[in-house]
Amino acid sequence: MALNFISIFRRHGRQYVKDLRKAVIPEGFRGRPVISMEITPAEEKVAEMLCPTGAITSGPFRLDLGKCEFCMECCFATAGKIRFTNDHRLAANLREGLLIRKGEDKTIRINPELVGKEIRSFFGHALRLRQVSAGGDNSAELELNACGNVNFDMGRYGIEFVASPRHADGLVITGPISGNMAEALQICYDAVPTPKIVILAGTAAISGGIFENSPDLIRSFIGTVKPDLYVPGNPPHPLTFINGVLDLTGRK
Amino acid sequence: MTLFHHFTISPFMVTSNPFVVPLADVPVLAYPEFVNKIKELTADERCHCVTYHAVPLGAVLKFFCCIASDHNHGLILLSHEQQATPPPSLESLTLHHPSFHMYEREISEQWGVQFEGHPWMKPVRSHFMDAGCGMQDAGCGMQDAGCGMQDAGCGMQDAGCGMQDAGYRMQDLASCVPYPFYSIEGEGIHEVGVGPIHAGVIEPGYFRFCCKGEKVLHLEIQLGFQHKGIEKLFIVKRSGIQRAVLAESIAGDTAVGHSIAHVQLMEALAGIRPSETLQAERIIALEMERIAVHIGDTAALCTDIAYQFGQVVNEALRTIVINTTQSWCGNRFGKGLIRTGGSHYPLTRELADLYLANLKEVEERYNQITREIFTNPSVLSRFEGIGKVSAHQAGLIGAVGMAARSSGVKRDIRSSHPFQAFSKINYEPVTLHQGDVWARAMLRKLEVEKSLQLIRDLIRGTDFQNNHTAPQYDYTLPVSSFALSLAEGWRGEIMHSAVTDEEGNILHYKVKDPSFHNWMALALAVRNQEISDFPLCNKSYNLSYCGNDL
Repeated sequence: MALNFISIFRRHGRQYVKDLRKAVIPEGFRGRPVISMEITPAEEKVAEMLCPTGAITSGPFRLDLGKCEFCMECCFATAGKIRFTNDHRLAANLREGLLIRKGEDKTIRINPELVGKEIRSFFGHALRLRQVSAGGDNSAELELNACGNVNFDMGRYGIEFVASPRHADGLVITGPISGNMAEALQICYDAVPTPKIVILAGTAAISGGIFENSPDLIRSFIGTVKPDLYVPGNPPHPLTFINGVLDLTGRK
Repeated sequence: MTLFHHFTISPFMVTSNPFVVPLADVPVLAYPEFVNKIKELTADERCHCVTYHAVPLGAVLKFFCCIASDHNHGLILLSHEQQATPPPSLESLTLHHPSFHMYEREISEQWGVQFEGHPWMKPVRSHFMDAGCGMQDAGCGMQDAGCGMQDAGCGMQDAGCGMQDAGYRMQDLASCVPYPFYSIEGEGIHEVGVGPIHAGVIEPGYFRFCCKGEKVLHLEIQLGFQHKGIEKLFIVKRSGIQRAVLAESIAGDTAVGHSIAHVQLMEALAGIRPSETLQAERIIALEMERIAVHIGDTAALCTDIAYQFGQVVNEALRTIVINTTQSWCGNRFGKGLIRTGGSHYPLTRELADLYLANLKEVEERYNQITREIFTNPSVLSRFEGIGKVSAHQAGLIGAVGMAARSSGVKRDIRSSHPFQAFSKINYEPVTLHQGDVWARAMLRKLEVEKSLQLIRDLIRGTDFQNNHTAPQYDYTLPVSSFALSLAEGWRGEIMHSAVTDEEGNILHYKVKDPSFHNWMALALAVRNQEISDFPLCNKSYNLSYCGNDL
């Protein structure tokens, strides 16, 4: 028994990702897309038509990460003229920051000038978040849970999920906001003391994603608050979420 | 199926999964005859209903019911037709077999059909919060909802599944605001309400406990908060890519399971035959999903009994598994991997080698940690005898998948109705009879072992260099047909079914997640348990909210 125990410890070793700020996800991961300047008008048209959520639009040709389900069908249909890099830094504090234009190939950044002063001074050292799943499919929720696990250990930065909105500094919303959750979400938001932040985690939360036009959603909440952080992904990778929050709160 | 020897009308029987049948060939029975046939079929404990739903076809409402046999490959399809307006009033099947209670509640909610004598007619996923009466302030109104609720209380513990005694019928949805929870009155009885938002990073649902002291007398689970109209979207979204993305968003933790049920349904309708390589790849992905969730659940069960060592070791192992899936298709949940007619991600030799190496590592370490977990007396004292559900109860509620197998009901689509590569594998399901938290934890360990071996066999026995095809999205569907497909996800049986119209468009799409029945198992498991055991019982089932709510 004791030998088994020691062996487990040994083989478990150290699991944490040492530097979350510099961590790289291996090639093949579907991260930030790049649209080649060489894409032909015919290929643009194909990509626009194929896109299941209307994330790709023309005039000018661009890809909206807030609508993208990362299915990569546009990549296969354009022979890689639209390709998905392994860059996991996708979070932006401005909705427009999620638009990818032709030829652009630079990491998406938080615009520090748009971050409220109180956010960095109050939440720059510790941040408590209340998560609300509003029609989420449980993959974004699992990835948010993974942010706190032995591998990603978001707690090392003093960032944690808490049970009560009264103990929270902000809300993390997953899912396209089902009509049946709209009221509960509003009540939860109201219960968080100010100043507070709102984070939309996952494509479904940002735009509704594949559920966008469903009559069973009530997304009016998004119009009444100004989200502080958009974290795209289907679901967002833990590194995307953690780095987004660290950038927003001005951490090194 | 000898049961049918005295039928006046020849039933539609198949042994293939998925199957397609022209609507004209589905036998239509008069309702009394339909009820009799269902009674006969479900009298055999080894048969269960995989779907019972209604489809509007012009002026009629056509009810499809599919019964599956657990011991041979049989699937029987029956139907009856009623005038759509005014909504018909029918004798309830729930009176004959309680597993029909969810189906009839759903049909009533969707089409306004009345089921005479249904003991528990309440909404499944309606907008019961619309009337400005949220769950939060609904509490006070609960006692008033009345309608015989108070009487129901005492009979609850004896009722096997508690439905016969309740004596309440919902006339229309408006009478369910505020939602009429059961209430029990008496000295020392109190209620505990939880939800819809829970204390963790999990999905929303509402639980109301009736307790005496610490003991739970009854738990009522009300879901529907995640409802986003997925079935309707399958009709609206016309492109194959949209449907594929939709299928993997039904339940993100079962992205592969639901996607397989969807693509094999579309392929059966469109007459596309997946290559053997593709079938093997799909099952490898499916079993990887099962391994990942089962190991994650082993970690979560340890969390709920404050056994941190078991938690962190299993968490790390789950990460290895889902990262292996990511190196195959770029997504940790296998999203984007399962597509109609082909795949964008051929399993190369290098990937197969990576799989074998990582799985060997995971297997050794999982064996070590589970040896530790299942021999630790303080773990066993928290697992054993907690949250028991008997085989009889599991049968009555129509439990499927893990919830059934951990209670001694041998029900596994991988062996009873083999799909994809399973048609070439003689899969023998794992069944445990204890029905407690221990059985559900142990079942995970045993299923992980089986799935690991299955993946290894598939990798070694398949030629992955050949026959790779790209996905096909421009498939055409046959006119006026009914199709049904089953797959065994990690939770259990997943059912997708579609009906096409005269032009070959999808007229109706139906999804059934295993959680649809299994939530009732959780409600039964916590009866007479300490309320503090609820999180443990809940985690031992790990049911889907979004899969139930659609």
